[in-house]
Amino acid sequence: MLRSERFRNLLYQALLLAAVVGIGWYLFSNTQHNLQTRQIQTGFDYLSREAGFEIAEKQIDYQASDSYGRAFLVGLGNTLLVAAIGVIIATLLGTLVGIARLSSNWLLAKLASIYVEVMRNVPLLLQLFVWYGLFTELLPPVREAISVGDWLFISQRGFRYAWPAEHPAWSGVGWGLLAGIALAFGWKALARRTQLRTGRQWPVAWPSIALIAGLPLLVWALMGAPTDIDRPVLEGFDFLGGKVLSPEFTALIIGLSTYTAAFIAEVVRAGIMAVDRGQTEASMALGLSPGQRLRLVTLPQALRVIIPPMTSQYLNLTKNSSLAVAIGYPELVAVSNTTMNQTGQAIEAIALLMAVYLSISLTISALMNWYNNRVRLIER
Amino acid sequence: MADTLEVTSTLSNAPPASAAGPLSWLKKNLFSTPANSLLTVVTLAVLAWIVPPTLDWLIFKAVWGPQPLAACDAVRGQGACWAVVWEKFRFMMFGVYPFDQQWRPALVIGILVSLLVISGIRWFWRPSLAVIWVVGIVTSYWLMSGGLGLSPVRTEQWGGLPVTLILSIFGIGFAFPLGILLALGRRSSLPVIRSFSVVYIEVIRGVPLITVLFMASVMFALFLPERMRIDQLLRAQVAIILFVAAYLAEAVRGGLQAVPKGQVEAAQALGLSYWTIMRKIVLPQALKISIPPIVNSFISLFKDTSLVVIIAIYDFAYAVKKSVETDFSWKKYFIEAFLFSIVIYWIFCFAMSQYSQWLERDLARNTQR
Repeated sequence: MLRSERFRNLLYQALLLAAVVGIGWYLFSNTQHNLQTRQIQTGFDYLSREAGFEIAEKQIDYQASDSYGRAFLVGLGNTLLVAAIGVIIATLLGTLVGIARLSSNWLLAKLASIYVEVMRNVPLLLQLFVWYGLFTELLPPVREAISVGDWLFISQRGFRYAWPAEHPAWSGVGWGLLAGIALAFGWKALARRTQLRTGRQWPVAWPSIALIAGLPLLVWALMGAPTDIDRPVLEGFDFLGGKVLSPEFTALIIGLSTYTAAFIAEVVRAGIMAVDRGQTEASMALGLSPGQRLRLVTLPQALRVIIPPMTSQYLNLTKNSSLAVAIGYPELVAVSNTTMNQTGQAIEAIALLMAVYLSISLTISALMNWYNNRVRLIER
Repeated sequence: MADTLEVTSTLSNAPPASAAGPLSWLKKNLFSTPANSLLTVVTLAVLAWIVPPTLDWLIFKAVWGPQPLAACDAVRGQGACWAVVWEKFRFMMFGVYPFDQQWRPALVIGILVSLLVISGIRWFWRPSLAVIWVVGIVTSYWLMSGGLGLSPVRTEQWGGLPVTLILSIFGIGFAFPLGILLALGRRSSLPVIRSFSVVYIEVIRGVPLITVLFMASVMFALFLPERMRIDQLLRAQVAIILFVAAYLAEAVRGGLQAVPKGQVEAAQALGLSYWTIMRKIVLPQALKISIPPIVNSFISLFKDTSLVVIIAIYDFAYAVKKSVETDFSWKKYFIEAFLFSIVIYWIFCFAMSQYSQWLERDLARNTQR
């Protein structure tokens, strides 16, 4: 019977299944026993209990009297914020460096490759330590803050900057901006459809700019045109007013985005180099302008090569944001760590943490796959 | 026809005056167009503004050699204090390892680095390399932990660069077979084995290493019966192995996919069994293709071992951090200490990444027809 392939296949699978179930059950029973002897509670009830610790930076309202669940959400908000800002800055910087590395200017190309080779060969954690250390070491104490006009104060407590005073108009401006972007996309789609149908080209660039800039401006003017600015003022030991970028946040964003930018630069460079030179030459022969050449010929083909590795860089950045725990920025891991220490419910806290990271990763992959499918080469 | 010949014959062998020499190099590479010239001038201006003060701080005004703290305080703010490296060198390198026994970890650094170098030389790419690895790993472990004539040293006292090397090299050594099995499992036709491999690989790759390390440092204690206590370093090592195996599996899978299907079919036609086909036909070809991504995974792993700082294991990064943090008078020179560790990490990673790029080109040349 052992000679039958079907039987052996079944046997292998049954053995693996038995091993997984067996080890799982063994670990589970040990854990049950250990939890009982140590009198650690189980279950996710702790999420609704009072957390009792403060969180310095938050995107949603939170006090120490709120629940662990809410604290977790605050951490999640911070992680997502850092990931989003980091991805944007890293993409811009990485694209610039990647293009600079291909530049015909020798000096620029060399500088770009030095940047890439230095940044990507040093552990991110050490880079974060150094950035954070630079902020706490080199920047003056609050009382001797470096000021840029009355607008920006730089000290060990971070960057305090002036910001428009609160007014209902500003949220209107935000919605106006979103609506403007949406309408611009709509206009672009309409123009494209018209061109496909009639062959006439409608202008896209100017109407888009007008929509994206004009709509918020219009809302701002209609809702009372507030011009009050909330400026930071030194009162006693700290600044009041304005907004602040904490040293932890700033160090984290700088560290994460400069590190990831080095990898993105390589991705962009490989993508551009993957486009055959003949493509550029052919589009020159067709009489396309340099802008059209980049927009219609080079970029669409480079993007196909760029997107899959770019996705994994975005995922890496998101996962790497967990290193913030080492410099004290309260993101998911830091909040979960505190929760774990206070409640002792490590299993639930870590399981929740992993589940959330996994969902973030899967969501980003799904989004990028969707985009990749849109730009991929459609063959026959 | 005659006209053409005449034209070519008037050409001399010397290059045109404007196409050679340093001046034309400058023109071609830095000042080819007005925009390019502007770019060069702006870049030079920025460099002139940044580089001299940085070099001053780093080198010319810095304190070098085994100098006392006072020498550093005298130039504080103007020059770097590299004296901190001399002062704390032993601690940075070996952590709290017993001082009179520190020749042992030093030897381990030598052994493990040679292991890396040997693995990079193609002449050694044969089955006996596995034996060299086993011998290297066993010897390093013996030297670190003692016994058989050496005084025993508990793993809590291990620290510094050897720990970083051990975590990454033992990590890749043990993760490698696991990764191959997972990669084969992912391409298997057996649904249970395939889905197990896919779930394992995707879950591990979807979470940050730090959560796996947390799991190891907090949850392993709950998973195992009370009489089985594994120490912190071993837990981190297991976590790193489990983590890296998923990434290695993907690297190997890339290689497996690149082996033409005809190879397997031909081997099946010869009547070879699955394991013989894998061992003799598919894996040798697949592994060769996946060497560059494996080297890249190793570079990431080498950098990522620094994350064990967060669960307070004395690797190189943590030893450097602690060496300055625990000494109040030297604490203010922590940036210099971190820069030193950055240089060490950089040398390792840069050498390996240059090697990986060379290897990729070399292997590509090998497969060209």
